[in-house]
Amino acid sequence: MIELDINGTKRSVDAEADTPLLYVLRDHLAMNGAKFGCGLGQCGACTVMVDGEAVFSCMTPVSVLAGRKIRTIEGLGTVEQPGALQRAFIDEQAAQCGYCIAGMIMRAQALLEKNSSPSDAEIRRHMMPNLCRCGTHMRIVKAVRRAAQTMRAEADKPKSAGQT
Amino acid sequence: MTARGVASFLILAAGVAATSWAADVAPTAKPAADQSMADSTLIARGAELAAIGNCASCHTHPEGKSFAGGRPIKTPFGTLYSTNITPDNETGIGKWSAEDFLRAMHDGVAPGRRNLYPAFPYDHFTRLTDNDVEAIYAFVMTREPVRLTAPPNQLAFPMNLRSALSVWKVLFLERGAYRPDPQQDAEWNRGAYLVEGLGHCGACHTPRNAMGAEEHTRDFDGGQSEGWDAPALNSSSPAPSAWTAEQLYAYLRQGRDENHGTAVGPMKPVVDNLSQVPESDVRAIARYVAWRMNRGQLVRVAATSSDSAQTVIGDGEAIFRGACASCHEAEASGGPIRSGRTVPLSLTTSVNAPDARNAIHIVLEGIWPDAGEKGAFMPPFEGAFTEQQLAALLGYVRSRYARGPAWSDLPKQVRAIMHTGQKQ
Amino acid sequence: MSIKVVRALSVSRRRFLAAGGSLVIGFSLSPKALFAQGSPAATKLPGSLNTTPMIDSWIRLGADGSITVLTGKAELGQGVRTALIQIAAEQLFVQPGKIQLITADTRRTPDEGYTAGSNSMKDSGTAIMNAAAQVREILIARAAVRLGLSADKLKAEDGAVIVSDGRRIAFGDLVGGELTRVRAESQIKLKDPASYTVVGHSMQRVDIPAKVTGGAAYVQDLRLPGMVHARVVRPPAYGAQLRELQSASVEKMPGVLKVVHDGSYVAVVAEREFDAIRAMRALAAAARWDERALLPEPSELFDYLTRLPYDSFIDADNHATTAGVTKTVEANYRRPYQMHGAIGPSCAVGLYKDDSLTVWTHSQGVYPLRKSIAEMLKLPEDRVQCIHPEGAGCYGHNGADDAGADAALIARAFPGRPVRVQWMREQEHLWEPYGPAMMTAAKASLDGGGNIVDWEYEVTSNTHSTRPGGAGNLMPAWHLAIPFTPPQPKPIPLPEGGGDRNAIPYYKIPSVRVVHRFVPSMPIRVSALRALGAYANVFSIESFMDELALAGRTDPVEFRLRHLEDPRAREVVTLAASRFGWSSYAPDKGRGRGFAFARYKSLGAYLAVALEVDVDRETGKVRVVRAVATVDSGQAVNPDGIRNQVEGGVLQSISWTLLEAVSFDKKSITSADWSQYPILRFPELPDTVEVHVVDRPGQPFLGTGEAAQGPTAAAIANAVAAASNVRIRELPLDRKRVKVALGV
Ligand code: FES
Ligand code: FES
Repeated sequence: MIELDINGTKRSVDAEADTPLLYVLRDHLAMNGAKFGCGLGQCGACTVMVDGEAVFSCMTPVSVLAGRKIRTIEGLGTVEQPGALQRAFIDEQAAQCGYCIAGMIMRAQALLEKNSSPSDAEIRRHMMPNLCRCGTHMRIVKAVRRAAQTMRAEADKPKSAGQT
Repeated sequence: MTARGVASFLILAAGVAATSWAADVAPTAKPAADQSMADSTLIARGAELAAIGNCASCHTHPEGKSFAGGRPIKTPFGTLYSTNITPDNETGIGKWSAEDFLRAMHDGVAPGRRNLYPAFPYDHFTRLTDNDVEAIYAFVMTREPVRLTAPPNQLAFPMNLRSALSVWKVLFLERGAYRPDPQQDAEWNRGAYLVEGLGHCGACHTPRNAMGAEEHTRDFDGGQSEGWDAPALNSSSPAPSAWTAEQLYAYLRQGRDENHGTAVGPMKPVVDNLSQVPESDVRAIARYVAWRMNRGQLVRVAATSSDSAQTVIGDGEAIFRGACASCHEAEASGGPIRSGRTVPLSLTTSVNAPDARNAIHIVLEGIWPDAGEKGAFMPPFEGAFTEQQLAALLGYVRSRYARGPAWSDLPKQVRAIMHTGQKQ
Repeated sequence: MSIKVVRALSVSRRRFLAAGGSLVIGFSLSPKALFAQGSPAATKLPGSLNTTPMIDSWIRLGADGSITVLTGKAELGQGVRTALIQIAAEQLFVQPGKIQLITADTRRTPDEGYTAGSNSMKDSGTAIMNAAAQVREILIARAAVRLGLSADKLKAEDGAVIVSDGRRIAFGDLVGGELTRVRAESQIKLKDPASYTVVGHSMQRVDIPAKVTGGAAYVQDLRLPGMVHARVVRPPAYGAQLRELQSASVEKMPGVLKVVHDGSYVAVVAEREFDAIRAMRALAAAARWDERALLPEPSELFDYLTRLPYDSFIDADNHATTAGVTKTVEANYRRPYQMHGAIGPSCAVGLYKDDSLTVWTHSQGVYPLRKSIAEMLKLPEDRVQCIHPEGAGCYGHNGADDAGADAALIARAFPGRPVRVQWMREQEHLWEPYGPAMMTAAKASLDGGGNIVDWEYEVTSNTHSTRPGGAGNLMPAWHLAIPFTPPQPKPIPLPEGGGDRNAIPYYKIPSVRVVHRFVPSMPIRVSALRALGAYANVFSIESFMDELALAGRTDPVEFRLRHLEDPRAREVVTLAASRFGWSSYAPDKGRGRGFAFARYKSLGAYLAVALEVDVDRETGKVRVVRAVATVDSGQAVNPDGIRNQVEGGVLQSISWTLLEAVSFDKKSITSADWSQYPILRFPELPDTVEVHVVDRPGQPFLGTGEAAQGPTAAAIANAVAAASNVRIRELPLDRKRVKVALGV
């Protein structure tokens, strides 16, 4: 049994220490966001955040995750109440098949939490580990820029007004 | 024919080669003159020499145009920016004569009697023959001019004073072309000429003194480059199995030798360049370096064993099984990376090195082929592990795969690289 | 979207299906109705109504006002789901949100063959548009009867039939009996396109919210009660035979439920997904194979293909002797094997129970897959159901059908519980059927005025479809103890064409001869990759057009216009040029511009692209700096959807054209993962990609999905030639090739 903190909720999972987080999320916990793309750290479809950094869940054994904060796309918002990046991806219609998108959003989230106004070049450099085969890249970059804008606007609002 | 004329001639000639009716495409094509044929041979030779000299790697910003400079080079004295060596008249070296260029290469002096910083390795280039410098000049001057001025250097006193460099030169610059060793054959001498001169291997692989000059009493004893260790290329080589010239050749040519590992970090552009130069030159380099490495007994630097590294091995094993084994034990487990694709960890230099620095870099940053190119790959694990976990993992890897003792200051070094921005 | 688990149903003539929480009236897919549908219609009906003419096969109404639309096409990430909803909503006068769409499912939806060839709008869009219009007319007619008014006094509005005096009857209240159990009519009153409020207006795609929030959106996300996980162990190379398998220890591994072993076919079933992966690795390590070197020497590939026997097809021949020729130009072009490379490896779920099989699959053709699986398992077809939930984008015939076959084989060996099987990355890379390597040869003559007077063209290619028409095309079936073998491949006839898709130039040329050298035997497994032969043919033809323009010393855009008659073609060309700023273009050092145009399949969308590249002479690296594309796909349904598709097509083609070639040695494919088959990553993107949609209200749908690939490739090659004065005729234009071509 290993206890994981996923999107702020403690979850106990019965998985062997070397099981990559991806399988714990998808198989043990029935979460869909992180996707299997390569299992090799080459495509980023499985990207989640651990302690604020974007990591490949397909290459991260659960044994290193006890006591650390894991965030997945499910933790950013819902269809009814999407988070800033999710909203921006919908507004920009930044998906074709969409298989890569959850990983894209999680990598972008890690960027925006550290750098609230990244340049286009910074976004492109940061997103390098993630692949998209449909060619949605231009819209993905636009959506990240748009989300950065809304996140900055949110942050600028007085505390009382900015709650969602 | 002027240099520019040569360049356009070459482009046109290529067009002609591509198709028999291309004369129509390129109505300005002029008949080839003997002189320009000689020039094109010279330029082609210059291109190969420039590749051996690794010129483009330093003089190109990662996102910029080739040879246009602007690449930051971190030194213990501050940050230098490489210069624009395209033939742009204003911002590059467009106005340099062949003599100017020769003086820069041999004496470290730019026109206007400006002393150059030895990050530009004229202490090695001084060994070049005039002919070779001329070929490099012909090559560089036929590149596309790019208008770009590098940012100003950020150096601390007294290194920010160019006059200080005169003193440095008096102390450390030993001018003069390479003198062949008559005891050795031509290939050996060719190798020595390239390694000591143009290839400037010692710039990274030889330790430097407090003034930033190579310590020649310890030639090839291992140095540093951009935060990475450049392993010793002499009898102190940490490689668990001695390098043969053949293996070095494979490594320098393909970026990988199955008995030693994959070229990463600052060595990667070097091997990328060497894949484009004449095979005989790479063979000569390999021959000479192998000779240097095997002159003495293979003596490994002894590191002191440390208990702290041993205690975390239990965790390290589980991490290894989850994060690494699918590739690094592929042959045993039928994993995704097929046999022959990964070098067994027990053979790699980074795992066997006296110091964990390179292994830490590789785990954190991974190994990426150049954009759009095929090549060795390892995912970056930055963010996946805490300091303790990374130390545990590497402690386990070291104890399981290396012949040397445990890395003594592993946790400290991991912390330093993860938190002090030593990482590239 | 959420994936609903629909229990396998036996078909009867009338039944109620649970769908979307409401009852919908049964439909006409029973054998008898199918028979009736199969009988040839007197007149040709629009789109897929021609093969499935019963209206309730397409649209069903619930008494609660619910509207269910059915399509035999599949959502592949191209946005077809949203576009079809828009079309139905428009003709039915309802809000798009009121419509539930059911996609490809052999027990529920019409058989529309494959979702391929940019045909979905033409086939299914047209059918649904007409069916919806007819349903609307039926509802109005019934309301008229009920109200005792003449139908022309009534109209539809927001889900109801209304009278001008304010009376209204909701659609739901009009449902009953076999209202829509009627045949489609060939002449149905369609809404005036000028009054469209939904079609022609950008609508946010209905599938995107779930995809960005971690909803269940893909077959990979399917979790059925009691589901177990499987992995296969593939041979190390084509033709390798399993000599020995020591599986006893694997069977004892934790979580392992079964090892499936049939000839050279090996798979493992486990409770948990990672248990299955561990067991798969152990099995792979325990397997011994006999391998043979069956592949050609890579450096001699094109010679090898040339030497193989071939069939010649004359695609066009009005070859005439021409006078006044002043210049003749010849060139040969090549394209390597290229990969679909879906980001999500193929996946399927199979359930074998009570001698019936259900397969959830992201196949592009559920009906042909059903037929093939039935043949493979020797089951009657009505015992097999194939349901399409989405997968990752497939871009043609990839591993989807084979994964469906895996699910079928493993589920039968492990009956009673649903089995989910997903391929590993290297299995996808090594076993998918690639887009074929191709060679083309072009020769043309110009007259004194610089006009093309004669054109000869020859394309050499393997087949572009080994889609499952039977068990022999299912790769897993090749490895069984009693194997199925692939049937002799056949070319896809024109006008669609396979290797010769778009081989006939769309330009007005007095004398044209086009030959397709069809090579049946294939050293490397190939099939349909987005755009099929059009990618290589348009690359060749449009590169060649530039070479001819140069020979005639004419501007490339001007040269194309001179040979284009179709006004719609001329418009996309002119628009792309002007939006790009073609006439005022002044390149920086190392930069150049390129142009290309094609009408996809010569009968689909018109697409022109103008782009600028940067060529680094020192490294040979080419980057597309900016691209402008214009597209006319007929009546635009979802303009932003069209833009999204074209942007994607341009970027994917940039990746193919600059980087991609499947590598192999004499024994096996070596492009085993993304490090050995690099594709475009973010830092290599263009600065901008603009797409302009030319809407043609009321015109037939032409489809969009595959229109951009060919033109983009040629535009890049043309731009590289402009930037460097060197013409490269072999793909990809990767660093090495460009560097060699440019010289020092
Ligand atoms: S699935 Fe983890 S990086 Fe591809
Ligand atoms: S949207 Fe399909 S892979 Fe990115």
